[in-house]
Amino acid sequence: MSATQAIQSSNDFVIKFANVNGSGSASANELFARAIMRMGVPVAPRNIFPSNIQGMPTWYEMRVSGAGWLGRRGGCDLMVAMNPQTWDRDIAEIEPGGYLFYDSTKSLPRSRFREDITVLGIPLTEICNREYSDPRQRQLFKNIMYVGALTALLGMDFAVVEKLIADQYRGKDKLIGANVNALKLGYDHAQANLSCPIGLRVERSNGVGDQIFINGNDACGLGAVYGGATVAAWYPITPSTSVIESFGNYCRKYRTDPDNGMARYAIVQAEDELASIGMVIGAAWNGSRAFTATSGPGISLMQEFFGLAYFAEVPVVVFDVQRGGPSTGMPTRTQQSDLISCAYASHGDTKHVLLFPEDPYECFTLGAQAFDLAERLQTPVFVMLDLDIGMNDRLSRPFEWDDQRRYDRGKVMSAEQLDAGKTFGRYLDVDGDGIPWRTIPGTHPTKGAFFSRGTTRNAYAKYSEAGTDYIYNMERLRHKLETAKKLVPAPVVQRASQPSRFGAIYYGSTSPAMAEAFALLEAQGVHVDIMRVRGFPFADEVIEFIDEHDHVFVVEQNESGQLRMLLINEGEVDPKRLIRVLHYDGTPITAAFISGRIADALAKHKVTPIRKQVAS
Amino acid sequence: MTYLAKPKLLRADAPKNTLGYTRRDYEGAISTLCAGCGHDSISAAVVQACFDLDIEPHKVAKLSGIGCSSKTPDYFLGASHGFNTTHGRMPSVLTGAALANRDLIYMGVSGDGDSASIGIGQFAHAMRRGVNMTYIVENNGVYGLTKGQFSATADKGSKSKRGVVNNDTPIDLVALALQLGASYVARSFSGDKEQLIPLIKGALRHRGPAFIDVVSPCVTFNNHAGSTKSYDYVREHNDAVNRLDVILPRDQINTSYAPGELRRIVQHDGSILHLRKLDTDYDPSDRVGAMNHLQERHALGEIVTGLLYVDSSAEELHRHLNTVEKPLNQLGDAYLCPGSKALEALNAALR
Ligand SMILES: Cc1ncc(C[n+]2csc(CCOP(=O)(O)OP(=O)(O)O)c2C)c(N)n1
Ligand code: SF4
Ligand SMILES: [Mg+2]
Repeated sequence: MSATQAIQSSNDFVIKFANVNGSGSASANELFARAIMRMGVPVAPRNIFPSNIQGMPTWYEMRVSGAGWLGRRGGCDLMVAMNPQTWDRDIAEIEPGGYLFYDSTKSLPRSRFREDITVLGIPLTEICNREYSDPRQRQLFKNIMYVGALTALLGMDFAVVEKLIADQYRGKDKLIGANVNALKLGYDHAQANLSCPIGLRVERSNGVGDQIFINGNDACGLGAVYGGATVAAWYPITPSTSVIESFGNYCRKYRTDPDNGMARYAIVQAEDELASIGMVIGAAWNGSRAFTATSGPGISLMQEFFGLAYFAEVPVVVFDVQRGGPSTGMPTRTQQSDLISCAYASHGDTKHVLLFPEDPYECFTLGAQAFDLAERLQTPVFVMLDLDIGMNDRLSRPFEWDDQRRYDRGKVMSAEQLDAGKTFGRYLDVDGDGIPWRTIPGTHPTKGAFFSRGTTRNAYAKYSEAGTDYIYNMERLRHKLETAKKLVPAPVVQRASQPSRFGAIYYGSTSPAMAEAFALLEAQGVHVDIMRVRGFPFADEVIEFIDEHDHVFVVEQNESGQLRMLLINEGEVDPKRLIRVLHYDGTPITAAFISGRIADALAKHKVTPIRKQVAS
Repeated sequence: MTYLAKPKLLRADAPKNTLGYTRRDYEGAISTLCAGCGHDSISAAVVQACFDLDIEPHKVAKLSGIGCSSKTPDYFLGASHGFNTTHGRMPSVLTGAALANRDLIYMGVSGDGDSASIGIGQFAHAMRRGVNMTYIVENNGVYGLTKGQFSATADKGSKSKRGVVNNDTPIDLVALALQLGASYVARSFSGDKEQLIPLIKGALRHRGPAFIDVVSPCVTFNNHAGSTKSYDYVREHNDAVNRLDVILPRDQINTSYAPGELRRIVQHDGSILHLRKLDTDYDPSDRVGAMNHLQERHALGEIVTGLLYVDSSAEELHRHLNTVEKPLNQLGDAYLCPGSKALEALNAALR
């Protein structure tokens, strides 16, 4: 190690694991993350994986943040380099003064290392080959061994990890013993041969509290169970697949009839996304709460059906776990790039309700609420998460449910109401909110049946090509979408410590990075009010917030500034007042990026009048 | 075009079924199709079949795609809910509807363009899945609604109205349905209501995917010489393998047949399919035999009709999914929501 100072940091650093896909490293890495959390220290892990199943490089990046910042930080203080294939780039990525942990079984020339980092080698393969004969065991226990070594290197409590393993394999005592043994091998070897702890340390804290650790897709699946969904139809696509898998797992647990083992739900893997949304529409038309989960390519295929659901006013729910552009590759990276294709999905004059959860907690709550909203409004509702929230385990507020809450099934006319002579016009606005009443097939022998079709009908669902009927319908739908503004979750505002002429708007998975950026900017004396948008069509407060400020930064993870486009279009905002802060290289946005962009823009503004400069 | 309410002129002596409904109660809006269109005859057959079977109209959900054929659900069963969906995608919407409520009768109506061209994927997969439905294709060999282009069921060598010859190999939806697992497969002709009505009745009482391909001439675009879907051509080449009578459990059986002439098939609900053999060798329980027979006759230019295959022990989608008996759309909050206690336990497990 040269003159560069080794990084010294307690509870605030980034560890990155470079692994080979399919080597069983994922569960070991997760075990390690959980161990840190058991010590009360918040951790934000992220998977970076290619769209391959086996043999390709994958990374697991773990931000340890005593302060509780869960956004990606960027950089790497300790690299756990377990993949020879990516060695050079992994070594290059380590911060000056950082640390490298590697398997020193095979000796490497000095030239393969760096002078300004601390190198920590343990002959993992050698120890494994000595201890285990089964090749699969050698692989799996090698992973556990490095967890043991890291436990020692970071000065962690061995007992915590040991207990975690015992909890994880409860009931399978043999596995507990074997895993703890491997853990100890790594721990002891590090203690005996390396100077433990290194400059990076995990110290007991109480930053985790009662938070839970779960990913957004699992939370969505659970939200759909609590939201009363009974039908799910889907077609596999990364990163949305596990929404349905989780829904299935939770249904088996919570929705299996205790008397006869039968299912209070139906899940169908369709032949493609057209069929999956078609099934969802059919089920919702027929009175079940139904949903699908997909990603951008599926959204593209579903376009025609979204229009049908919009105009036939069928309450469907779609979880869109957003990712990058077409084909494979970037698609396993995160983006917020389906806003436009969902907000105005389909041909004809359509506009859809979108919800933007920020974390697993909101994936659960907004996921459940989406079903109430869809039925109240009788329209498709899109829950717009992305790979970053969907597929990474995240510390999150624990889930809550109010047992007094009843599902809002919206305006469904019953046989009794029909018998009592209530006027029924399927597309008639009787309540002045643009939302008509519907009947469920089979309700009444002689009353309330109607024939659903797109737009070619009058308020009583009778075939009509009359322009007046069409206009009545379109105006009612516009009115309905106005009603939606008041029903979607309200935006969340955080004011700067001093009144500011500047604001920032953001949404979804940008949330933790934005919260941290806000704190960084405040610390620098840069004051910006921030607003997190949670729903579309925008509540009036969103446009009022823009009106209150001279300029508003719109922070997004896409290239074209899609939320900004929606704000300009829907709020009739002067585009010059909305400044793009866009991050779209496939990695999750960071606080450093956001605060850097905003600080730069505002610094420029100090030199020249803002109206000329910032808006460019 | 605006909607015309059909005048409710009821003859006092109109016959009623055991539910007290007249045939009129099974009708719908006035058809807007061309006079003489085969599709209207199929609608009339559906009305008759539902009347005969004492079906409560509101217990039927009728779904269709897009096309002249797909418009017809508006013209029958006016007291049933209906859904005119998108082109070629009726099977998925029907599947979803069937998932939501297993107690209704699902009738899918489609065209040859709707099911054999744009919608062939959904057609195939709905059959494979075992959706409990009656799926009728009103097959005229052309796209009627878009003015007469060939569809995928047009025979090779058949001529369009403008004299263009079709060179593409036709898709036989009956053959596909047989191969893909439909458990009730029939073909008929819109001009032969004696044959068609019982086939629809049998399908409505069948459990599992029932498919009927009904050759249904388009008088405007495909009823000329050189067409193999014209009234004349189908009458000349109709090669019926059997004649069906559907006997409900309540009915008295008072016809007698010579031994060997009749085949009785009891369906899951107790209804009996009486099949009078016209082709002595034909066995409607032999799926592979049915497929061969179709191929052989098609090569001779014949159109094989009748109940071509039936498996009365077949299962359907809900059974495969093991869903509860009560329709999913009728399960209350208490059956669906695990509640706060379960959530607390789950939170604890996630720490
Ligand atoms: C996505 C889409 N593409 C094209 C059309 C236009 N279109 C309407 S009906 C039809 C063909 C209908 O043919 P068929 O199903 O045979 O019904 P028919 O009118 O012959 O009864 C087409 C191509 C459409 N409605 N939607
Ligand atoms: S165009 Fe052909 S299919 Fe359409 S209504 Fe007329 S006759 Fe029937
Ligand atoms: Mg046709």
